[in-house]
Order: sequence, then C-alpha cells, then structure tokens
Amino acid sequence: MEANPHSENWPLWEVFIRARQGLDHKHAGSLYAADAQMAVENARDVYTRRSEGISIWVVESKHIHASNPSESDSLYDPANDKVYRHPSFYNLPDELKNI
Amino acid sequence: MSEQEQEIFDRKIEEEIRIEPKDWMPDDYRKMLIRQMSQHAHSEIVGMLPEGNWITRAPSLRRKATLIAKVQDEAGHGLYLYSATETLGITRDETIEQLHTGKAKYSSIFNYPTLTWADIGAIGWLVDGAAIMNQVPLCRASYGPYARAMIRICKEESFHQRQGFEILLTLSRGGDAQKEMCQDAINRWWWPSLMMFGPNDDASPNSLRSMQWKIKRFTNDELRQKFVDVCVDQVKTLNMQLPDQKIKWNENTGHYDFGEINWEEFYEVLKGNGPCNHERLEARKKAHADGLWVREAAAAYAAKKNYSTHPNTYGSQPA
Repeated sequence: MEANPHSENWPLWEVFIRARQGLDHKHAGSLYAADAQMAVENARDVYTRRSEGISIWVVESKHIHASNPSESDSLYDPANDKVYRHPSFYNLPDELKNI
Repeated sequence: MSEQEQEIFDRKIEEEIRIEPKDWMPDDYRKMLIRQMSQHAHSEIVGMLPEGNWITRAPSLRRKATLIAKVQDEAGHGLYLYSATETLGITRDETIEQLHTGKAKYSSIFNYPTLTWADIGAIGWLVDGAAIMNQVPLCRASYGPYARAMIRICKEESFHQRQGFEILLTLSRGGDAQKEMCQDAINRWWWPSLMMFGPNDDASPNSLRSMQWKIKRFTNDELRQKFVDVCVDQVKTLNMQLPDQKIKWNENTGHYDFGEINWEEFYEVLKGNGPCNHERLEARKKAHADGLWVREAAAAYAAKKNYSTHPNTYGSQPA
C-alpha cells in the first residue's frame, strides 16, 4: 500500500438531507472528503441522484457526540412512570368536545 | 458483565430489535458482519469494471446514459456498504487493503468477461436479479447500518434489472445475429449467476450461524430456488432458453428442478483462477494508485484553506 491512504488525511463527514421544504434534515450516511465543499458535492452525487433532497448538511463525524447505550436505562427509564405527560392520562366525560 | 451483555444481545435478536454500532455484540457476530459487508462492498466496486468496459461502446446515447447511471449507482452502493462496515471498527483503508492483497473476496461473478453488448443485458437481468434476490431479505438484517444501506441499495437496484431485461428483449426481437448474441450471453451468465448464491446449504457452515443471528433470513439453496423459479418464467418473454436441460416443473415441491452446478468451477474462480481475476484486481489497484495524487492534492488544498483566514468559508449557517 502507498504511504498516504486517504482516510488518514480526509476527515469523515456525516450527511444530512432535507427531502422537501418543510421537513427536517435527516441522516443519510457518511463519506470521506477533504473539506466541507467536497463533502457537500460528493453527498449530492451519492445521496441525491434521484431527487431525494433539496438541501444538504455535512458535519465532520468527530463533532458528533452520542449518548452511551449502556446508560440508556438511567437516561430514558424515568420517562416511563410519568404517564401524566400524555393527554390520554386524563379522564374526561365523552360529551366534552373540542379538547 | 459480559454474560449479561450476551443476554441483552440475544434478547434483541430474538425480539427483532436492531443492533446498532455502539451496542455490545459478540466478537464472532462482528467478524461475520465485517467479512460479509466488506465483501459485499468490494463486489459493488469491482462490479463496475465488467460493465464499465461497455460504456464507450454502448449502441445508443440512451443506452450509454443508462449504463453510466448504473455504474455510478454501483459506486454509491460500494460507499454505503464501506461506510456501514466502518461502524464495526475496521477502517476504510484496512478494508481496501484486504481487497488489494486478496485477503477479502468479492463476488466471483465479476471474474467473468463481458464479451458482447448482450452481456450488459444479461448482467442486468441475471446478475442483478440474483443480487436483488439476496439483498431484499438483507434489508431486515439484524445489524442496523447494514439493513439501512441495503434498503437504499434495493431501491436503486430494480432499475438495473429492468434495464438489463430491456436490452435482452430488444436483442431478442432483432435479427438472427442479435438473437444469437442474446442467447449466447444467457448461456454464459446463467450458471455463474446461480453460483452467486454460494455453496449448497450442506457445504455452507457459516449459513446457520448467520441465520441464527438474523443476518441472513433464507439459506443459499432457498434463494437460489426462488431465483430459478422466477427466471424460468421470465425467459419465456425473451423466447430464449436457459442452458439447462434438466429444468423441469416438479409437482411435489412446487418448484422447478434444475441441473447440478459445477462447483469445481466455482471454487477455482474463488481461488483466483477465473478468466478475469487477475485483471480485475490489477485494475482496482491501479485506480487506487492513480488516484493518489488527487487525494493528496485535495488534502493539501483543504489544509491550506484551513490555514488561511476563514476556517468556515464554505456555506452558511445551517437553517
């Protein structure tokens, strides 16, 4: 192999695509690119060949910080016993309208 | 700790909950995925070569535009799969190096040559058809990034098969020479396409494991049978023959019986002794080496731009 393989020099980017006006940008995938401009251009070629998007975000993968799956119990379990956050928790008479 | 993690993993597999990159997974599960997914990625990339061979000689502008689009799709499919493979902790460079050193395999179908234009049709119909048969169940693979890549790929793949069939259909309605060319391509690609599903179930020890882990959903032989059943009907539309005298409807099984695959040939090609193994690998290595200056120049340009006044020169704030 040559001494200068690309991923050592080119950062990895995460690609987010907005499919239509009015929708969120959604994660589409990742790619290597030398800079942001190349990342956007390559993302255009790879992820929007069939009109899948009208707007692209790219962010260097190293800037993404994720929660740890092993902590998911302590992070998300507390929500389970707070059913009063949901509208169906409240018993109201059937004749009541528009609420 | 690990025992508990194993339990959590097993439960997720059992309950059809996808495994994601940061989740704990058994080493062998990780290894099996790296092997299968990188092999799959390599197949997409090497698969560009036999078809790329005909881009400059496509018989019309329509065919040429289609073929370019298809080959470009394959490059994209390779990228989706390389990216997904990297989530398992192997670098892109390592996977590429494994291809170049021969440590990693790619689908042996791409070691066959594309001798005539009809081969492009046969590849679309048979090779992509077999690939789709394999890939559709992989959209439900237990590893999230693999399944997501496969969904994207399958969406794009169906045009590949249809354009291939259309090429053959056009030839099959042409003159004698064109009909002959069509039949010849089917004759040459049929058996290698059947081999794409891999060894028979009793000779495929990894299959069972893979199915327990819900990476694969059907055995090699099940998928191959499905493919044969579909093709036997489709070939009638072409008014052509599949090159197998033993194809016969079996009332008891509800499937078509077919002849014995030449496994000796399969293993020879796998070992590197197919018609184009050497050529394909050399072409990949050369492309990688020839692209070095581009990668270096782009990196140097990015570094220079970073160094100058505006670190965020491109684009504006996300909106």
